[in-house]
Amino acid sequence: MPTGLDHSGRLPAAFHAAGTSSFSEFLANVAPEMLPGRRPLPPGMAAADVSAHATTIVAIICSDGVLMGGDRRATMGNLIAQRDIEKVFAADAYSLVGMAGTAGFGLEMMRLFQVELEHYEKIESTMLSLEGKANRLASMVRNNLGAAMQGLAVVPLFAGFDLHAKSVDRAGRIFSFDVAGGVYEERGYDSIGSGSLFAKSSLKKRYKPGVTTADAVKLAVEALYDAADDDTATGGPDILRGIFPVIMAATVEGTRRYTDEETRAVAEEIIAERRDNPGI
Amino acid sequence: MQFYASPEQIMRDRSEYARKGIARGRSVVVLSYEGGVLFVAENLSTALHKVSEIYDRIGFAAVGRYPEFENLRSAGVRLADLHGYSYGRRDVTGRQVANAYARTLGAIFTQESKPYEVEICVAEVGATAADDELYRITYDGSVQDEPGLVTMGGQSDVVSGVVKTRLQPGQTLAEALKLAVEGLAIVGGENGQPRKLAANQLEVAVLDRNRPGRSFRRLTGLALTAILEDTSGTATVAEDGLEDKPQPPASPNTPADNASGPAPSTEKAVEAAGDAPAESGGKPSGDEPEGDEPEGDKPDSK
Repeated sequence: MPTGLDHSGRLPAAFHAAGTSSFSEFLANVAPEMLPGRRPLPPGMAAADVSAHATTIVAIICSDGVLMGGDRRATMGNLIAQRDIEKVFAADAYSLVGMAGTAGFGLEMMRLFQVELEHYEKIESTMLSLEGKANRLASMVRNNLGAAMQGLAVVPLFAGFDLHAKSVDRAGRIFSFDVAGGVYEERGYDSIGSGSLFAKSSLKKRYKPGVTTADAVKLAVEALYDAADDDTATGGPDILRGIFPVIMAATVEGTRRYTDEETRAVAEEIIAERRDNPGI
Repeated sequence: MQFYASPEQIMRDRSEYARKGIARGRSVVVLSYEGGVLFVAENLSTALHKVSEIYDRIGFAAVGRYPEFENLRSAGVRLADLHGYSYGRRDVTGRQVANAYARTLGAIFTQESKPYEVEICVAEVGATAADDELYRITYDGSVQDEPGLVTMGGQSDVVSGVVKTRLQPGQTLAEALKLAVEGLAIVGGENGQPRKLAANQLEVAVLDRNRPGRSFRRLTGLALTAILEDTSGTATVAEDGLEDKPQPPASPNTPADNASGPAPSTEKAVEAAGDAPAESGGKPSGDEPEGDEPEGDKPDSK
């Protein structure tokens, strides 16, 4: 157990403290060394080359919610560190989170964020609002600023189905962040990571408000395909190994991850279309 | 003025004080059934819970003073989340939580001027009904492993007597729920007649054995009424009635397995609050979430 019982055998006072529903605030009291932002960083600026980096994430608002997709490549300098990393997760039952940047810090942030949301839900018997979730995530990004200045930045992308929205077609929402912890609500679609420039250019031409979820899946896979086409740090569909982008949706029915068979079918369709016109 | 009281006397007084407080409220029944662990509490409030979720496979039920067991509940959630975050989700067990409660309540009982007037059940759902773990932790920190059935609070021995005689392994949810409600209804009626308990007097939840990830679900509203009033006892109605909380598919190799979470059903919560605004107004400083204590100071039921 990371924190033991106190000398009398009771749980320490922090466990009984009233007034906070936040797991990370609780962690700051009982085990501050487990919080990502609290660790001293070694001096030096070359950390980026020895840690794995994750790249392109796209999110698209569709008629019945929101969709998020991520490629599967992690790089370390000029090497491919992992071919099948997953960077898109369900944050809770109605929201999705993806990350770009230093994989180790990013995965830890995702995990802490998931526990944070679940913890709040259990303590308060109700879910945080979508804005509340985005703000919690922003403060986690902000805590990572020191590491970001040393080349270990993590930038998440957050999207979710807003249970308090007036209508279903307005329920899908996307929030993006900067390394200083700024939160920006996006309209329509957004992308982060090294291939985001290409992914956004791809979406800019093809995206139309009110797109159906099925069409949005294709848009997302195609945007990731375009990103992989021009960015070495983004992986495209890997037919030989059977590795395809992770696509997840958040709708009124909750979050769902598309199966590999579903994304394979979409990827193969796109590859077949591109065969005739691969681009220069 | 008393200058000396023997330790036996002090402990006896504290026990009596705590027992009286616990016996004053309504009972809670926790039992294993075929598909998981069922919690049934008599509770008029839809906002102040006696039954709640601790972790993936672990649930919590309590009787006694609300602020005291609420404090223990959040401590349990913190303990479980901290443990699960620093190790892994499968490393959080009901036994750990029960032990932490036992030691905490034990220390409070001996060191504080007033013991906690609470009795707690920590339940962990297993792969089969035989693997379910039900722990009862009393105000003095003693902990008992009671497989199959725990009844606490009010005239719990009477309730237990009724439920125990007809408790069978392999009961369906509907059968188990009816049995538990029958047990609760036996107490407090006029002229010794059993009461009729309606859905809005009950707080019902299950730890669903077959659900991966977070298995805790509440059973509310129409679905609950349907089971209680249905005499044929079809299990399918019960299964449909469970709040079907969406759940992302678990991907065990990634942090995403943390997120296999149920969502609170906002709509239902709103409806329920609308049905009973008087109760959901809350009595934050009240001793009992029921809001009424018609029975008065009952004789000790132990």
